[in-house]
Amino acid sequence: MADPTFLFDGRPTPYVEGQSVGAALTAAGIRSWRTTRLGGRPRGLFCGIGICFDCLVTVDDRPNERACLVPVRESMRVTTQEGTGHGDLEV
Amino acid sequence: MSDVVVVGGGIVGAACAYYAARAGLEVTVVDRGPVGAGTTSRGEGNILVSDKAPGPELALALWSRELWLEVGADLGDEPLELERKGGLVVATSEPAMGPLAAFARGQQGAGVDAVPVPAEELHAHEPHLAPDLAGGVLYPQDMQVQPVAAAAALLAAARAQGAQVRTGVEARGLARDGRGAVTGLATDRGTLPTRAVVNAAGTWGGALSERLGCAVPVLPRRGFILVTEPLPRVVRHKVYSADYVDNVASSDAGLETSTVVEATLGGTVLIGASRERVGYDDTFSREVVRRLAAQATRIFPFLARVRVMRTYHGFRPYCPDHLPVVGEDPRVPGVFHACGHEGAGIGLAPATGRLLADLLSGAEPGVDPAPYSPGRFLEVARG
Repeated sequence: MADPTFLFDGRPTPYVEGQSVGAALTAAGIRSWRTTRLGGRPRGLFCGIGICFDCLVTVDDRPNERACLVPVRESMRVTTQEGTGHGDLEV
Repeated sequence: MSDVVVVGGGIVGAACAYYAARAGLEVTVVDRGPVGAGTTSRGEGNILVSDKAPGPELALALWSRELWLEVGADLGDEPLELERKGGLVVATSEPAMGPLAAFARGQQGAGVDAVPVPAEELHAHEPHLAPDLAGGVLYPQDMQVQPVAAAAALLAAARAQGAQVRTGVEARGLARDGRGAVTGLATDRGTLPTRAVVNAAGTWGGALSERLGCAVPVLPRRGFILVTEPLPRVVRHKVYSADYVDNVASSDAGLETSTVVEATLGGTVLIGASRERVGYDDTFSREVVRRLAAQATRIFPFLARVRVMRTYHGFRPYCPDHLPVVGEDPRVPGVFHACGHEGAGIGLAPATGRLLADLLSGAEPGVDPAPYSPGRFLEVARG
């Protein structure tokens, strides 16, 4: 049976049960999934243990989840977070 | 020998040092902790005229606002995070609109720029406001600073004029000569020779005044602030509900909350404001935080989708008559008070500092100092 998958920016991405979003993305060769608010610089895992908040990502439309802490679930929709992740509130 | 030792490195002490140094006085600032780490760091950075009724506090606020603009011109708006954003006071229901409009009319006669905003125009000013508000008043003069950054910038400017800033030094009492004149401030690091001492200890101004032998009544009111995750510029003004004014002026001991919402340059949105008379009880209150969050979403429904990242709380130091105490203490000449600003200390800091510098250097004060004088408490005591 094939590995289960979640969606990263719409693409089915494999993961292993019990893996964090950050670990699964890294295993899939994806190293950045957020841009900084001011400079638009790429960010991914830094501390990997929930302290630094560098690996923030949008999970099921909820921005600012820590990729290193959130366990992946089947069919989860993970999307690259641009800046605050609340661009929809822009007026 | 200093001309003056300022006790307290918060926004008020920093403003006192800034103006006293500019007046050519030898200034030393001491703080038992780091700069701006006490009362100054626990508020929102309000520079408000909108919440003040005509009277001595409004007069001080209007002058202080002008001085903040001068400070911005001197030091640059950026290091202070000075934002000329304006305030928008909203009424959540029709019955609240009448008193708000009447309050604004009274302020207009006292030099406040207050522009009534009908309900249908509110969203042109604040697009995310709830659709069913009754109306509001726009106050273009309201502003905001980052208070700790502003205190640090004022102290840096004072140092550039020769002032000394010493952190980790706790004031213990006065040194006086045989005739009672102040000769120094005793501290845990020895006595600092000076002819004048300024009590700018914020929330602890009452306790310090006792150590200086001239007690003034400065009492704590606890207030909480919620901090959201960083957002785009979703809130443009300082937005608050009309009942904030009543709560600030109230003498009720119980918990009072009103809605105050504003963005910071850092991207977070600050949500206040609560007032409680619980002494110096520094514990967290889930009940207060819950109430503030619920009230804020009433005015800005989008906040329901936004996370609170952290909260902070502190004490707003008030005098029983809700006016700050600024001036020389008649019981101990040489001791000057500059505290008791409650929630308005950031806004009132430059006027307080300038008034004190004028009093210290013998210049003509820019405002009538009588309403803020420590002597008013003595008159009450004498009956």
